Amino acid sequence: MNLGLGNLGALAAGDTQADRVVPRTGFTAQLTLFAAATMAFLAVFTLALSLASGRLAARWGDELARSSTIRIVAPQDQRAAQTEAALRLLETTRGVQSARALTDAEQQALLAPWLGPDLALDALPVPRLIEVIEAPDGFDATGLRLRLQAEVPGAVLDDHTRWRAPLVQAAHRLRALGWLSTLLIALTMGAMVTLAAHAALAANAQVIAVLRLVGATDTYIARAFVRRFTLRALGGAAIGTALGMAAMLALPRASDAGSVLTGIGFQGWHWAIPLLVPLLAAIVAFAATGAAARRTLRELA
Amino acid sequence: MIELENVAYSYGGGELLSDISVKLAPGSFHFLTGPSGAGKTTLLKLCYGALLPTAGVVRIFGADVRAMQRDDVAHLRRRMGVVHQDCQFLNHLPVAENIALPLTASGRDAKAAEADLDDLMAWVGLTERAQALPPELSGGERQRAALARAVIMSPDVVLADEPTGNVDWDMSQRLLRLLVELNKMGKTVLIATHDLSLIRAAKVHVQARVLRIANRRVQLAGADL
Repeated sequence: MNLGLGNLGALAAGDTQADRVVPRTGFTAQLTLFAAATMAFLAVFTLALSLASGRLAARWGDELARSSTIRIVAPQDQRAAQTEAALRLLETTRGVQSARALTDAEQQALLAPWLGPDLALDALPVPRLIEVIEAPDGFDATGLRLRLQAEVPGAVLDDHTRWRAPLVQAAHRLRALGWLSTLLIALTMGAMVTLAAHAALAANAQVIAVLRLVGATDTYIARAFVRRFTLRALGGAAIGTALGMAAMLALPRASDAGSVLTGIGFQGWHWAIPLLVPLLAAIVAFAATGAAARRTLRELA
Repeated sequence: MIELENVAYSYGGGELLSDISVKLAPGSFHFLTGPSGAGKTTLLKLCYGALLPTAGVVRIFGADVRAMQRDDVAHLRRRMGVVHQDCQFLNHLPVAENIALPLTASGRDAKAAEADLDDLMAWVGLTERAQALPPELSGGERQRAALARAVIMSPDVVLADEPTGNVDWDMSQRLLRLLVELNKMGKTVLIATHDLSLIRAAKVHVQARVLRIANRRVQLAGADL
């Protein structure tokens, strides 16, 4: 029985006479349509989650990978001198592109969410912060720490690795889970279409007997069922994808505040990716129904 | 054309047919008779490859059916017209489409053969019923539709299983005349029937051999028929 992917073209072209041999009615039609629509909707959602996680991981990785912070924790009267010493040391450190001490206003802005906007930095032992931007090759963090320890005793280097790595890892895992979910959705849809195709084939045993009696080949019989189910899955998945994309459009736009949650969705050319969902659903249905038809026709022989 | 050589067929542990040797020559007319349950339908199914023998050889147009793939059997079946006991139609399609089914199933354009289809519908007297659904037909109409479907591909052989089983005497004579006409066109005809009066009536029109199944074996029936 020849039902390879090469026959997808012939399947799409259709055969109106052959299409009529299988009765149109039956609960399997609604079941396939509903399953395909639901799975496509979920697939759009998991795709959006995966892509958003990927963007998040990339952003956290890029933005934070090349910046470090040095805290100058020293008595008030030594803080300025130690800051100057640290900046001079950084100027001669290989792999440091630029370094600058944050202004009082910038430090106040950083602390404002916790301590309020009217904070007097002089009244609190707040360390001075130095922002370090790395050159593309990066610097030797261990070497820099040793030099700071020797020349600026109040300086503490924080290269963000400690807290950045688990965040990036979590985002990567979330993306992997999203892709895994998409795969599981495709497999589940394949299983549901297989069950529906089995039910349809069993319910149409009489039709199959008549077709065999008049000289229809198994390929012809299987194609009539496969085409029916492939088109149903395609139609259902198109509906589910449209609804899923509409739901994504309805989500709040990404903003600086709370961008992790509001960033779920598609951006730019990524909007084209969910359009592949109906096509993939049709391929899954084609393969699942083909296998079910081969098995059932063998059993009914 | 169709040859059974020392064929046996068993089902569910019991042997239904044993040591059957039958040869249907081109253009011949055969009746297959015997009591109900003797194995007439089974023998007919062996003749068109719907069943495989448990022993012996069945050759259809010279090919051993046991050596063939299912699709090969399907291709051979297009050269054979089968009228099944219970007719077997696709109930959701009109009669005309059911009759044209062998054409569509073999990939031919049924629309291109529309004139032939019209002639055939007229031949079996179903022109007025072309758009009726099979459940709407009477027993005789169903049998005639089944016969039309069996011959639309202009097969070399026509196999009919109790074609007059559900019709009155007049209709059975009409069906018989159609089958005799086919034989006169050169088709090989094999009719399985338990109706001896049908066989006697046929002998007036055609030279037929009568095979009788008894005790799982086939015998050539004597002049008592």
